[in-house]
Parts: sequence; C-alpha cells; structure tokens
Amino acid sequence: MATIYIDNLPYEVTAGKNLLEACLTLGFDLPYFCWHPAMGSIGACRQCAVKVYRDENDKTGKLFMSCMEQVRDNLRVSIADLEAKEFRAHVIGWLMTNHPHDCAVCDEGGSCHLQDMTVMTGHNYRQYRFDKKTYVNQYLGPFLNHEMNRCIQCYRCVRYYKDYAGGKDLDVFAAHNHLYFGRHEDGVLESEFSGNLAEVCPTGVFTDKTLKQHYTRKWDLTTAPSICHHCSLGCNIVAGERYGSLRNITNRYNGEVNGYFLCDRGRFGYEHVNSMSRIRKSLVRTQLPEATDKYKALQAASISLKGGRVIGIGSPRASMESNFALRTLVGEDKFYHGVSDVEHDLAALALRILRTGAARTPSLIDVERADAVFILGEDLTNTAPMLALAVRQSVRQQPILEQVSKAKIPVWQDAAVRELLQTEKGPLFIAASAETKLDELATKSYYDSPDAIARLGFAVASFIHEDSPPVRGLSDEEEALAQQIAMALLAAQNPLIISGTSSGSDRVLKASANIADALCAQEKGAGIVLTLPECNSMGLAIMGGHKLESAFQAILNGYADTVIVLENDLYRRAGTEAVDAFFQACQQVIVLDHLHHATTEQASILLAAGAFAEADGTLINNEGRAQRFYQVYPTTEDIQESWRWLGELGTIVAHDEIVKWEGFEDIQKAMGKEIPELEGIKATAPPADFRIAGQKIPRAPHRFSGRTAMLANINVSEPKPPEDPDNPMTYTMEGYRGQPPSSMIPFFWAPGWNSVQATNKYQQEVGGPLRGGDPGVRLIEPTASSEVIFSTAIPQHFQPLADHLFMLPLYHIFGSEELSAKSPAIIERIPEPYVAINQDDAVRLKLEEGQLLSFRIEGQAFELPVKINPTIPTGTAGLPIGLPATPYIELPAWAILNGQIQWKQQHQTTF
Amino acid sequence: MEKPLTQHIVPGRKPLNLKEYEAVGGYASVRKVLKELTPAEVQNLVKDSNLRGRGGAGFNTGLKWSFVPMGPDAPATKYLVANADEMEPGTFKDRVLLEGNPHQLLEGMIVAAYAIQANISYVFLRWAYKLAAKEITQAIAEAYEAGYLGKNILGTGYHLEMHLHTGVGRYMCGEETALLNALEGKRANPRAKPPFPQVSGLFGKPTIVNNVETLCCLPHIINNGAEWFKGLGKGPDAGTKLYGVSGRVKSPGCWELPMGTPIREILEEHAGGMQDGYLFRGLLPGGASTDFLVEEHLDLPMDYGSIQAAGSRMGTGTMIILDDQTCPVGFVLNLQHFFAQESCGFCTPCRDGLPWVERLLLAIDKGEGRPEDMQALEFHTKYLGPGNTFCALAPGAMEPLQSALKYFREDFEQHIVEHHCPWSTVWQPSI
Amino acid sequence: MLTAEEKHQIEHEISLVPTRKAACIEALKIVQQNRGWISDSSLAEVAEFVDMSPAELDSVATFYNLIFRRPVGRHVILLCDSISCYVMGYEIIRDHLYNTLGIKYGETTGDGRFTLLPNACLGTCDCAPALMIDNDLYRNLTVEQLEEILNKYT
Ligand SMILES: Cc1cc2nc3c(=O)[nH]c(=O)nc-3n(C[C@H](O)[C@H](O)[C@H](O)COP(=O)(O)O)c2cc1C
Ligand code: SF4
Ligand code: FES
Repeated sequence: MATIYIDNLPYEVTAGKNLLEACLTLGFDLPYFCWHPAMGSIGACRQCAVKVYRDENDKTGKLFMSCMEQVRDNLRVSIADLEAKEFRAHVIGWLMTNHPHDCAVCDEGGSCHLQDMTVMTGHNYRQYRFDKKTYVNQYLGPFLNHEMNRCIQCYRCVRYYKDYAGGKDLDVFAAHNHLYFGRHEDGVLESEFSGNLAEVCPTGVFTDKTLKQHYTRKWDLTTAPSICHHCSLGCNIVAGERYGSLRNITNRYNGEVNGYFLCDRGRFGYEHVNSMSRIRKSLVRTQLPEATDKYKALQAASISLKGGRVIGIGSPRASMESNFALRTLVGEDKFYHGVSDVEHDLAALALRILRTGAARTPSLIDVERADAVFILGEDLTNTAPMLALAVRQSVRQQPILEQVSKAKIPVWQDAAVRELLQTEKGPLFIAASAETKLDELATKSYYDSPDAIARLGFAVASFIHEDSPPVRGLSDEEEALAQQIAMALLAAQNPLIISGTSSGSDRVLKASANIADALCAQEKGAGIVLTLPECNSMGLAIMGGHKLESAFQAILNGYADTVIVLENDLYRRAGTEAVDAFFQACQQVIVLDHLHHATTEQASILLAAGAFAEADGTLINNEGRAQRFYQVYPTTEDIQESWRWLGELGTIVAHDEIVKWEGFEDIQKAMGKEIPELEGIKATAPPADFRIAGQKIPRAPHRFSGRTAMLANINVSEPKPPEDPDNPMTYTMEGYRGQPPSSMIPFFWAPGWNSVQATNKYQQEVGGPLRGGDPGVRLIEPTASSEVIFSTAIPQHFQPLADHLFMLPLYHIFGSEELSAKSPAIIERIPEPYVAINQDDAVRLKLEEGQLLSFRIEGQAFELPVKINPTIPTGTAGLPIGLPATPYIELPAWAILNGQIQWKQQHQTTF
Repeated sequence: MEKPLTQHIVPGRKPLNLKEYEAVGGYASVRKVLKELTPAEVQNLVKDSNLRGRGGAGFNTGLKWSFVPMGPDAPATKYLVANADEMEPGTFKDRVLLEGNPHQLLEGMIVAAYAIQANISYVFLRWAYKLAAKEITQAIAEAYEAGYLGKNILGTGYHLEMHLHTGVGRYMCGEETALLNALEGKRANPRAKPPFPQVSGLFGKPTIVNNVETLCCLPHIINNGAEWFKGLGKGPDAGTKLYGVSGRVKSPGCWELPMGTPIREILEEHAGGMQDGYLFRGLLPGGASTDFLVEEHLDLPMDYGSIQAAGSRMGTGTMIILDDQTCPVGFVLNLQHFFAQESCGFCTPCRDGLPWVERLLLAIDKGEGRPEDMQALEFHTKYLGPGNTFCALAPGAMEPLQSALKYFREDFEQHIVEHHCPWSTVWQPSI
Repeated sequence: MLTAEEKHQIEHEISLVPTRKAACIEALKIVQQNRGWISDSSLAEVAEFVDMSPAELDSVATFYNLIFRRPVGRHVILLCDSISCYVMGYEIIRDHLYNTLGIKYGETTGDGRFTLLPNACLGTCDCAPALMIDNDLYRNLTVEQLEEILNKYT
C-alpha cells in the first residue's frame, strides 16, 4: 500500500498501480479513453491529465497523464486543479473537431463513453469553427457496423484486436489527423473475438450490427444477468429485451471467468431466441388444430404420463433445475443422460479427474497467469473460444515475470512491455489432430491422431515423474519433444495442462491427468483445464443418468413406452436409423424445447419451453462453477421453463416429491438434498425473497421510457407489470437504485457513467473482483489428500489402414454448436461441409481441392468436397462436426473409402 | 580558429576516402579507445568534455551513455544509432558532415559504440540525402575492408556491425524513440519514456541514439582531450558548432564556429547580412521548432544558456531569418502546416490541435480571422506545451507560434482588423 | 509475384535485422523502386514475404510520406514547401510547374511523365528554393531553369 494525496487529502492505494486506476478505484470521476483495465496504458489520448506536485511546497505543479504515472508513497496530485480541468475539457474539444455530433442517430447514444466523458469534463460549446472531415466506412461482415466518422483515435480498437486478441486484419492506417481504423479493404473481420470492439470502442465506430436490426437504446432495454449457453466455459452475459424480443448480448464482467470480453459465438448467437423456428405454442399431434394452449397441453401430457411407462432423457444444454425436475418426475432409474455414450463417458471421466486428481482446475483469470501451457487434443478457438483468448495472454506471462520485472517496467505500461518483449513468448505446446489458431503462439505444435497425442502426453508425464508409466516405441523426435515439454512445465511456477472431450478420446484425457498429477507430485502449482461439449455438460455429468443406448433399449425391449425428451435433438446424439427406430417404438413422445428440430418433428406432444432468455436456471461450467441465469422478460403464458412444465406435470400426476415443490428454490433444495455435491447451487444467487432496503432489483434502468405507451396499440390502460416469483427482480424500473449483489447485476450503470465503462464502479478495485466477490460457486475442489494414481492406459501406435481414413472431428466456432447456428448473423459465417485430408492422401486418392470424396462411417454414407490441410496426419481425415444438415456420426471413427455410395443431405427443418 | 569537424571538408570536392582520411589522422581515436581505454574511461572522458547533444535537446552525451547497462549482467545485444534524419525545416548542418566527411561519422560511431559496448549500429539516414547515402555506403564498405568494422576490430576482440538504413519520409523519424520504431519496421510513433532507450530501445535492447554532429565531435575529443574540447567554446559550452543561416541574407550557408559565437557575427560576417532591399525582423535560432528572437537579441552568444535565457532554444543552431517583406502570419502558417502534416497522430492535442492552429492561421492570413482566434491560438500554445503531448513535436511547434504572437502581435491583429493580409500574400497549404 | 531479384534484395535486408517484419520498410522501398508504387497486389506479396498480414503492412506503408500507395508518373517531382523555401519564394516555382505541366499537387500529367508532390524541407535551406526529381536535387532554383531541368526527364 502507499499513501497518496489527492487535492490535499490522504488516501491509501495499492502501490505499483497507475494513478488513473488508483483514482478510479477510490471513486473519483477521472475521464479517460485510451486506457483500458484489461489492456493497460499507452498515454495517447491525454484525457486523464492531473496536476502532480513535486512536494507539499510545490504550488504550481505540472500536468501529467495519470494513466502513465506509477503510484508511489507521498505522491501529491490534484484532480480539481483548474488548469487540469481546463486541459481535460480541451482534450474533448480536440477529439470532437471532426466528430459528427450525430448522437441522436448513433447506436452508441446513451451508452457512449465519449458522451459521458464530454459531460464529465464540462466541455459544452464547440469552439472549432472549420469544416469536418468525412471518411468512407467499411463492410466488416455480419457482426459489426463501421462508422469511422465517429472515431476519436484512441487506438483501443487496434490494441484490442491486434495486440490483445491476435487479429491480423484490422489496423490503423495513415498518419496525423488522417488516421483510419479498419481493415485494409472491405471484408468480414476474421477474429473470433471481433464483437468486443463494440464495447472496447468508446464511441460509435464499431457497433453491434445485430442490435441494429432491432435497435433499442440501452435505457430502453430490459436486461438480466445471464450465462452464455454456447460452450462449456459459462461466460457471464447481460441479455437485453424490448417488445418481447431479445435485442443484444453484452459482456457481464466476472473477474474470474470472462473478464471484459466474450467470443463472437456468445455475443451474436443469441438470435436463435427470436428465430422463425421457435416453438411458440405447445402442440398435441393427435388433435386438430395441433397448436394448443398450456392447459390442454398439460392435460394431454399428464394423460400420457399416467397411462404410460415413462422414461426421461435429459440434456447438456438444459439447466440443472430442468434436468433435475425430469429426473425426479421419471425417477432416477429411468433418467437417461441425453448425450452419446462416448460423450457421457468422457464428461464423466473429466469430472472424475477434477474430483480426484491432484491438480486444481483454474478459472480463466488464472489461465492468463499460467507461465507454461500444454494443450492436448483441443482446438480451443473453436471449442472453448474464451479459453483460447486466455491462453493468448498467458504466453506473455513467463517473459513478463522474467524480463519486465527485471527491467522495472510496470506491467500496465502496455506499449513498453510489448516493446521490451518483442516476439518473446512463454512456453506453449500444442498437440492436436490438425492446425489450430493458437499454433502461431506455440513453442512447438504436434499434429497426430488422438492416440499419438495421448502417447506424447503419457511420455511427458513419465519424464516429469518416474511413477507415471513410460511410453515405449516413441520416435526420437517424439521423445525429444516430450522431454522438452516436460522441462518447460517443470521450469514453470504455474504450469497448466489443457485438454477436453473434443478429440473424443479418453486416453488423451488420462494422459493429461497424468501430467497434471505428475507436476503436483513434483510440488508444482499445476492446473488442469478440461473443456466439455456443452454449456451444462458438467452439470449433467454430476447429475449422472443412464446411457442413451439403454434408453433406446428400454423402449425397444418394451420396458417402457413413453419418453420425455428434455431440450434435446436426439438426432445430434445418435445415428439417424437408431433414433428413428427408437421413436417408432415409442407410444408417446413428449418433447420440451424452444426450437424446432428433427426430434420435435417426432413429438406426439410438444411443450413450448422458454429459451435461455426466458428462463431462470443454473448451469455448471467446465471448472465446476455453478452460475445462475435469470429470465430476461416474461413470456406469454404458453411458453415456460422446462422445469416449470415438468413441475406442473408432476403436480397433476400427484408425484410424491414434486407436489411439495412450490417454486424454483424448492427444486434447488431438493436437488441439494438428493445430490449433496450440488448443495452449493443455492448459494449462486440470493433467494427470491431477498430485498435491499425492502426493495427488489429492477431489470429496467431508471431511464426506461415508453412503458405506458408500449402496449397502447393493444390496450390503452397500462397492464400491471408481471411479477417474477422465482427471483428478487422486477421487470420494470421500480426497485432498489443502488448496486445489487454481484450475481444479480442486470446492467452496469452509474451516475455519470452510462456506458459499459461503469463496470469500474462495480469492482472492489478497478479491474479486480466485483464488489462482494465474483459470482458463481465452485462445486469441485481437489481434495487435499488426493493420492496420485497414474493411469496406465497407454494406447498403441496409430496404424493407418488401407482403403480407410481415420476420421477425426473438426470443430467450428460458427456451426458446430446447435443453438448459435440458428442465429442469422452466425449462419452467414458457417462453413459448407467438407472433408479435410493431407496432400499425400490426396495424391494417393487422386483428389484435388474441391473434388468429392465418398466414404462411409458406421453405415452412414458421405460425399463431401475435399479440403487439403497439410497438418492433417497421413491416414487420418478431418470432418467438421455438428454443422447444420450433416448427419450425426460418432468421431473419431474409421471411414471406409468407397466410390459408389449415395450421399443424402439430412433434411433441414424450416419453419 | 580550429574547425575540427569541417577541417577536411572542401565544398565541391569529393570527401576523403579511407586512405586519405587515415593520412590526415583518421581513425586514430578508434585505435586509442580500443587499445588503451576501457568503455568507462571513454564515457567519463566524454562526460568531462561537456559535449552536449547537437540534435536539439543539448543533453550531456557522456551522461546519456552512462544509463546504458554495462558489465556481464547487461543484455548481450546493444545498439548504437546515428540520427541522420535531419528533417527540421531550416536545418542542413548534418548534411554537410554526411556528404563532406562520412568517415568522421563512422569513426565517431565506433567510439560511441565501444563506449557502451554495442555490437550493432545503424545510420538512420534521411531519404532525401541521396549523395550522403552513397558516400556512407562506400565509407562503411571501406571501413569493413580495413578492419575498423566487423569481427575482432584491430585485433582487440571488439566486434561491431554497421548498416545504413534510409527512411521513407516523416519528420517524426528524427525523434529518437520514433526512429527506433521506424528502424523496427513499424509506424514511427514515439514511445513513452521511461523506459528510456538506454534500457529498452531498439528491438527492446539497450540503445543509444546520437545526432550526427554529436558523433562527429567524438574522435576529436578522444584525440585531443576533454580540456581541449572545452577550450574550443567561447562561453560556457564546449566545442565548436555548425551554425547555419537561411532566408534573405546575402550568403546563406553553414559554418563551423566556436560554440557561443554571437548571433550578429554569424549573421553579418558569415552570412553577409541582409540582402539589399530586405530588413531583418526576427529569426528562429535553431530550426523550425524554436522561439523567435528579434533585433534586441542579436548580440547574444549562440550558446545553450544565453539563448534559453532569451526565451528560445539553441535547437540545431541553424537559423531562419524572417524579413520585412515576408508576412509573419504566413511564415508561422507555413511552419504549422508542416507540423500538422508531420504529426504522427498518436496523441490528441497534437493530432487535432495542430490542424486547428493551421486553420486559424489560414483564416487570419486570408482576412477571415476573428478577434477570438487570438485566444484560440493562445490556448493552443499553452496546452500543447511540454508534457501535455506525448512527445516534443507539438511543444516544438508551439515555440515559433507563441513567440510570434509576442513579437508580431500587431501583424496578426492587423490581418484580423483589416480583413486582409497587409503583404497580400496568402500562403495556401497544399492538400 | 516478387521477382527473384526483389526477393534476393529483400532477403539481404532481412539478414540485417532480427525479424523478417523489421525489414518491411526496406522491402517496400525495393519494390517501389522497381514498380514505381505499391499496388494492393504488391502489398500483399511483400506482406507474405515478410510474414505480415496485408493490414499490418499497409498500416506501416500508409504512415510514411514516400511509400506511394497510388500510381505515380514516371518521374516524381518533390517540391520543397517548407519555411526557407517559402521565404525564398518557392511559390513562383510551384505556379510555374502548375502552368507548364498542367497539373496540381497530387496529380500526374496525362502522358504519365510527371507527378507533382509537395515535400517537407529537403535540408538544403541555404540553397532555397529547391526540388527533387527522382534522385536528383536541384537548388537555388529560378523559373528560367525549369524548362531545361524538366527536359531531362522523358
Ligand atoms: C519531432 C522531433 C524531431 C527530431 N528530429 C531530429 C533529427 O532529425 N535529428 C536529430 O539528430 N535529432 C532529432 N530530434 C532529437 C532526438 O529526439 C534526439 O534528442 C537526438 O537525436 C539525440 O541526439 P543527441 O543527444 O546527440 O542530440 C528530434 C526530436 C523531435 C522531438
Ligand atoms: S475506432 Fe474506436 S476504439 Fe478505435 S481509435 Fe477510433 S474511437 Fe478508438
Ligand atoms: S487514458 Fe491516460 S492518456 Fe489516455
């Protein structure tokens, strides 16, 4: 700590930080532009000027940029000094010389940092009386709009896009006041993290193009804290609604998880909620018209339940509460997890590794601090994008520890740090089945089949600790590489192993666990991160359930005749023929979901479930962190959360347990009792009767407008606002005006801070944890006594087979995930199906790029254009997984090459 | 009068080649430092000589070197860079040295590089200096040939590479940290200090950037000693200086004179006084980014302290004369246009303030000025000062403006009141 | 495509600096020397050769005054418009060039012979006014000399 004097009053601040951070943490409203808490200082905008005095006798002082000054004991500064104030006001004057002053038609208006800073500095009158410049704007793809005229040249966009996120196609051009920020030519922004520009840009240069389709000002949005449903990392988001449709997703700061950023799948995948293929009414297929109201649907479903022998199939994309409600309704022994058996086994293995392994699984913030990383079998950018962004930061950690601290450069002085480090990077090793975007940062990348990756991993583990079994028959290169990786991990203070389920190989997971355990046995602060397929895969793994295969058997063998499918398209879980046969054998198929898909086609009763924005629930992310998401807006009576449907069904059929449930919290309580590991879920959020000063938390900001008129086309008298029984939030602006608990922040907004930069005001220390601690409850911690037991499941060499290719799964951030792939902006970015092979195999098969390759996997025929990918190992091939209109196939698997097969595109449901 | 720097420069004659240069004592200092002196001794000798940087800021050269990490713990790679970017309007002194005696620069660079134990050096040369590029390329080749560069120089085990880099046009490239970015193949934005280049410079390694003239002084200091060098100056400052004069004088040019030679002597004896029909109104003593001096200052000695006391700066020591037939508003407008164009665009006050100043001056020059424009100009001179902008470009730009507002205020006001330029010469900035 | 000679020259520049990127300005100069200017396709080729993205290289290229990202004539006239030349009346030279060539700053003659550009101080202030055509410097200019000077360039 250090004592500094601001306008002659002493304050205790953290030594080593910069003065701007310190002032903001103390609550002073000091304006800034180019500084960003996640990106540090460069001193370009000159907005944060304060007076600094040499000592208490110095009365004149000198202007300094607070973001470039290191806090030190007895530093004397003035924010209120007239000269400093006048200078700061002039900075706005300069920045605005060419700004179009088009706030009224600018999407940023009302949540604009430039507006806020203009008001903050008191700059009111335009003094510049000459012409303004204008620029030509660019087409940047489906996600972002570009309006260069509004630019204030703070350089944040390039610093974020290029320096922080590693993008290559956005930069700054020209010089003096002709600076231009954009691409070198029109085109789709390539980075998977481009959407953050909308929040990083302090004004309206880069704005959310999807929001523009149904534009609403921040103050007119009804928002709620939510959790991204598009991968297993559980990034925190704010979802905004107006007129019953979801309008946008913005970042919700969580110091441990996503920090300030989101990936583009998470930010722009939300529009599946507004999709044409939404299920807006329940359907009972045996009656006409099929569409029906809630009560008729409940009645029909309850009749089926009472009459049938029922099994339930859960889902890794449904909330804990919905899965648990189903499990309770059908009984634990009739509850089947709704994923392929292999996937389930992998998730269960991952869970076991986290529970019983010696290494702790870090949050994303700790990933950024790892000083050596080894990734096994994951293409993170496409399977867990924000983890890739975190790894990108971590490669700087080791050189920062070694060099930057030696050169005594404060780490927040971003340009100086980057200059000193040049291209130097800490150790990062990647073993994957083909190239990944992170390879450019890697010390070494190794491409081979999952078994080979596992062998390499086992070898690394055995080099680290002698008790881990050695691998025989490695090539000299593999041996040397394994040794190099082992040395690098051992040399680090916080080495990190990253793996996951996407390679489809339990051996890769086991090898990863061996390495982590070996490091722990060597008393390293090692971490292990395992990614999982979907947003609640971890939760489902904890909940358990029988295999999907046995659900099929149960029906086919006549043990059951009725199935309830929870938010799950089984055609994405098992082969078409198997699922078809299953449904054919069912007497009744009750499906709960919010989007039409092949499974809902099979439903005899379809119950309209709320999409994530229309539901309360809990998800458990890949680190075992339970996080609550809240309903953003009330739905029509016909749509409700799956857990509510199931609860109501249970009540109608007089289920012993369920009749006792009165609401959401009772489900959580019952779940905690039934599965003690889930006890902690209750603590993710305050209870529904929580009040601050007797008040609820409003979802709408105080400036929400038009409430009395927004439904005037239907009814001139304003209806009573709907109430929310499940949580302490209102759907209106009425309620407590201060800051809610960290798990319940519907928007970041503070007096004078209308933009997302208001986040500063919600943190204990700027850039640090939220007040009251970052939200989420971690349910899994390694037990201190965890004994190191090394796996010995070392696979054999991979052997190519004649007339076969070993088909490996390839993932696409846009396309592989089910829900986001129904959002129009994302759809524009989904690749066409293809099969990737390497040159040698292409020559052998006499194929050129784009020509069709026919093959068959497990009876499923494919005919796909070839993409040559030099990194795909010989004898293997890559097949994009999960793309719309491609049939399910369990990968990896052997593909039989065959010239004459009939390839049939899966029919796509369009409504 | 001793003229160590220019003694072997004869206008119109090709510069000395290596053999000729050696014949007049060239490279003796290299032999001396490499064989007889430790790096620390060289640093101290230069510090004692009171050599001040000739690039404009006038910082003690030996002292500047002393911040470079030395010894076994220092980074293995260090750099020395000769700043030959000379693009300050009105400045043409380094050109004389570069074209006239390239080996002298090389010799100075080897001394400096040895003093900080750098093993790689660059000459960062302004693009427009085509002749100098040719001469330096040849001189470097000769020096390699003769073993003054490369591995194991003169058998001492010391090793130094030298490369010529020519710029692609930007005034900013002269600013030492921007120069380093340019050398790294980046945009020539300046860098924050600290960290200083001595600690983290070119490619993140310890680096010294010195002006050409500064470097050319070194061989002579080594050969003749600190006291001799101090004795060359007339006043408190050591050495000789290349002074130049341009504008409406009878014989504009550049001369090596004792540090502290009075302005009037330079102007009248060397530059021959004003051209017939032109009267003196003022001058910028050391390039475009220094404050005006006027008649009353003509008897001041041209040394750092005296010029500073008069409210200006020695800068590069090359003067630009404002005569009575040139409109002071147009004169300042021309300068501000230059600075606005050459702003790198990194920091706000400079990027957006200088074009504003330019527009104000243009409006005034065209007779469209308003009384409040004078205040607008004044707040820019106040708030574009040192420390408020990221580097020294904008503060430098404000120097001629603020002093013009002081000494030629009536001319500005006359433009505004009479709505036209009294000289009827409105300068139209290009593009 | 970069020619073998261009590649050879660029490789030499790369050998003098620690990273390929660091030689990018030299690479642009080499290519511009051969082709007169840096077209989008030249830019992309150089970028690939020095391990940069086109955007990153263009960011550098557009920063500097003398990397031409638009076509120029066979000869580029750089007329100094800075202070000493201003005082010495370079405007007469400029107007004369405007009239005889029929172009203004930033323009190229119809026959592609000359492009006229203003240029900051050429560092020959004692011999103002001054201009450069290609690699040749002309000083102490008078209007009378211009015709003869221009005639040297076809
Ligand atoms: C905008 C700007 C332009 C500069 N241009 C030059 C230049 O062309 N040549 C030069 O030697 N120094 C120039 N300098 C000064 C250098 O930054 C640096 O101080 C000098 O090269 C150090 O050398 P010295 O210590 O030998 O004087 C410039 C400074 C600024 C702020
Ligand atoms: S585009 Fe936005 S973020 Fe980038 S410099 Fe301009 S205002 Fe700043
Ligand atoms: S925030 Fe400090 S200079 Fe931009």
